[in-house]
Amino acid sequence: MTPLDLSEALRALEEKRLSLSAIVDELFRVISEREPTVRAFLTLADKEELKAQASAQKEKPLRGLPIAVKDNICTVEFPTTCASKLLERYRSPFEATAVARLKAAGMVVQGKTNLDEFAMGSSTENSAFGPTRNPWDPERVPGGSSGGSAAAVAAGEALAALGSDTGGSVRQPAALCGVVGLRPTYGLVSRYGLVAFASSLDTIGPLTRSVRDAALLLSVIAGHDPKDSTSLPVPPQDYTQGLRPSLAGLRLGLPVEYVPKELGPEVLALVERWCATIEELGGQVVRLSLPLTEYALPTYYLIASAEASANLARYDGVRYTLRVPAEGVGEMIAQSRALGFGREVKRRIALGTFALSAGYYDQYYGKAQRVRTLIAQEFAEAFQRVDLIFGPTSPTPAFRLGEKADPLSMYLSDLFTIPSALAGLPAISIPGGRVDGLPFGLQLIGPRLSEARLLSAALALEEALR
Amino acid sequence: MDVVIGLEIHVQLLTRTKLFCSCRADYFAAPPNTLTCPVCLGLPGALPVLNKKAVELALRVALALGAEVQEVSQFDRKNYFYPDLPKGYQITQRAVPLARGGALTFRLAGQERTVRVRELHLEEDAGKLIHTERGTLIDFNRCGVPLVEIVTEPDLRSPQEAREFLRALRTLLRHLRVSTADMEKGELRCDANISVSVDGRPGTKTEIKNLNSFKAVERALQAAAEHQRALLSRGERVEQVTFGWDEGREELLLQRTKEEAHDYRYFPDPDLVPLVVDAMWLAQVQAAMPEPPWEREARWIRAFGLNPSEAEALLVDPVRADYFEEVARAVPNPKAAAGWVLAELGQYWTGDEPPLPAADLVALIRAVEEGRITRPQAKEILEKAVLERTSVPVLLSAAGGVVRDEEALRALAEEVLRENPQAVADYRAGRTQALGFLVGQALRKAQGRADPKRLAHVLQTLLSGG
Ligand SMILES: [Zn+2]
Repeated sequence: MTPLDLSEALRALEEKRLSLSAIVDELFRVISEREPTVRAFLTLADKEELKAQASAQKEKPLRGLPIAVKDNICTVEFPTTCASKLLERYRSPFEATAVARLKAAGMVVQGKTNLDEFAMGSSTENSAFGPTRNPWDPERVPGGSSGGSAAAVAAGEALAALGSDTGGSVRQPAALCGVVGLRPTYGLVSRYGLVAFASSLDTIGPLTRSVRDAALLLSVIAGHDPKDSTSLPVPPQDYTQGLRPSLAGLRLGLPVEYVPKELGPEVLALVERWCATIEELGGQVVRLSLPLTEYALPTYYLIASAEASANLARYDGVRYTLRVPAEGVGEMIAQSRALGFGREVKRRIALGTFALSAGYYDQYYGKAQRVRTLIAQEFAEAFQRVDLIFGPTSPTPAFRLGEKADPLSMYLSDLFTIPSALAGLPAISIPGGRVDGLPFGLQLIGPRLSEARLLSAALALEEALR
Repeated sequence: MDVVIGLEIHVQLLTRTKLFCSCRADYFAAPPNTLTCPVCLGLPGALPVLNKKAVELALRVALALGAEVQEVSQFDRKNYFYPDLPKGYQITQRAVPLARGGALTFRLAGQERTVRVRELHLEEDAGKLIHTERGTLIDFNRCGVPLVEIVTEPDLRSPQEAREFLRALRTLLRHLRVSTADMEKGELRCDANISVSVDGRPGTKTEIKNLNSFKAVERALQAAAEHQRALLSRGERVEQVTFGWDEGREELLLQRTKEEAHDYRYFPDPDLVPLVVDAMWLAQVQAAMPEPPWEREARWIRAFGLNPSEAEALLVDPVRADYFEEVARAVPNPKAAAGWVLAELGQYWTGDEPPLPAADLVALIRAVEEGRITRPQAKEILEKAVLERTSVPVLLSAAGGVVRDEEALRALAEEVLRENPQAVADYRAGRTQALGFLVGQALRKAQGRADPKRLAHVLQTLLSGG
């Protein structure tokens, strides 16, 4: 059976072609078949309990359909571990606003998905509980950090999932697993209950099998939340209303920096095919340049790591985390953190701590903030001339486990998702074809709060490139 | 060798809820860890939301001190590990405080002194460690309680002056209704820095932390000044160190040297948006400002004829000041009201609330002023009213009026003379002090309802054979 998407499942339920119980059974059948290899979930609901929960939601708009949630988003039914040893036993006493809204709309949480520890990584190899594998090829990574969510959706283990995107953590795994991943405008979806990695960048977004599903889930989770001071004062909106496959009359910018020669002939040929498709659909391809792109990566790693160094200070062994008993409280904190955090997390805490230290602040963190402002300005100027920007989501398709042992080469896989994240812009990755026989993502970036336009354009390209 | 002192004063604001969450802020005497939530406990995923009321109270202080309110200020994270700091950082204002500048004028030994304020900012309090035999426990109730920190310029020239400044500041804070500012309860805390200059050359500063009483401020600064003078007179250098103060033993305790100074790695808190105080908001705060104590004092001296020391005594406590004001407006002689409030009622005024309703004191003072009762009678009624919680009008009517009738007085006097032949004999033998005894006996018979001067006159007339 071709895996259903959320919208199809909803319609099937409405038309009584399928029962909720049958849908849950099918998801669990796929899970039992694929999960031993893919390992997308860290915790999974009991099937019968989930059915009981689901049937209690039948009358609500989303009719009790299950959704998978990345394990750095707080839920009350399951632990929230952030794939870290420090939080292995942590259960949140409250749930994230995004989860609460999904539940209010009638969804049930199917389980918690794997990620790079505290969302730091691009392959899900940094999980303290073992890596997730790409459903297309188990020798390859699903991308990250929302690798569990992307793999679950791609494998048919979940109809849809929530992920979080700090520098590309929704879009890059979506691209590598051949699903749709949407990063909304910063502030459109509440961060309340999303365990902070880099607060000024963290964004909850859906991973789905279709653009329509992304629009559907965004409609549920978006909108102002008084519990998040950075939440934008925008009312809820139904993004499925007015969602039409439409590129006609749109100017789509292709930054030269997003298609360097190093991507190789196969990728460049695919990008040319995208350009042709856009023109066929009545859009106009505009070649442009975003020269600050090359500064985005160092800027991102300074800002994100600086914020992370403070955000992760609370995991100190004093209250709910793992604790290593030691002589004196300082030593207890040091040893608990030394044992509890993985290498990549420690690397970023060290980098961030350094970037903020007296005497270096202005040179590193201060300068990074100034560059970030310039990058946002560069996008704003580009959007004077084009309606959307597009390019590859990631430089390569899914790579092999262990292939990017050097952190810098790993960081480079987020080269095209980081600049828009720094600017707080909405962006979506949709399946754009194959490279080396593996899924390859097309990214569309829009101006702030242009989700409606972005989704309609993505829908048009999704249909054309299918 | 001149002493130069600057203070950093933390004031706990009288808000109903904490600075960034809706937990109750009145932690004093609450059972440990009963006033906490995910936000003030710094649980993963929780986010701060600024309490506008705390901003308004801090703005009152800024306006009263004539400080320049910053239209846009920001919150920063101050990073350090300590078990009572659940997030691993404190939210404070560092780069751009709420207000800058301003000054407070107060009296020291009859002389007016003015101390300039450098800045005023908002920050959250930390929890409390409780050391027990079984180990250290943590009470997080105080976490997130709003503080305003007032930093003075080094304008104070003696420990006594520092103490008096702090007293004047406490009076102001109480009058502005922003804090109860009780040092014993930790609602007003003071850190001080002090240096001794030689021949006008500025000296090295030492800091003294956690001065929790007016006496501690004065004694610790005296000790630090003596310590520095001793070093300098021996030709030694003053080191830049931080002391604590042992209040029981009146000793400075070395806490840390310059080498051990923290690097707090301040940076803007990305969970909070810039704090904008526009002209309209500021005007609203200004309109709701209670009258500052110095304006009240001037008005009382002018309108009620008080002397400055009476005014100052009444102004120490704003509840008492308001009470006096209410009484003074309702009685024919406002100056007399000051004596009643300070002396007669003052002895019973031990708690926060007035021991007698203002209307009752007004009735009492009026009865005296109109000659319906005597002062001793009034004092008796006051005692009864306060201790037995009986209303003054009821006691007044029970007391009846003063025995004015000459005949009645004469009858009373004759009775007393009959009953006390020994005293009569003594008086007639020239021991005139016996008259006082007879007057006392007569007053007792009259249950205080007679004027002792007139009684003495009547008794004297009778004794001298009238
Ligand atoms: Zn709280």
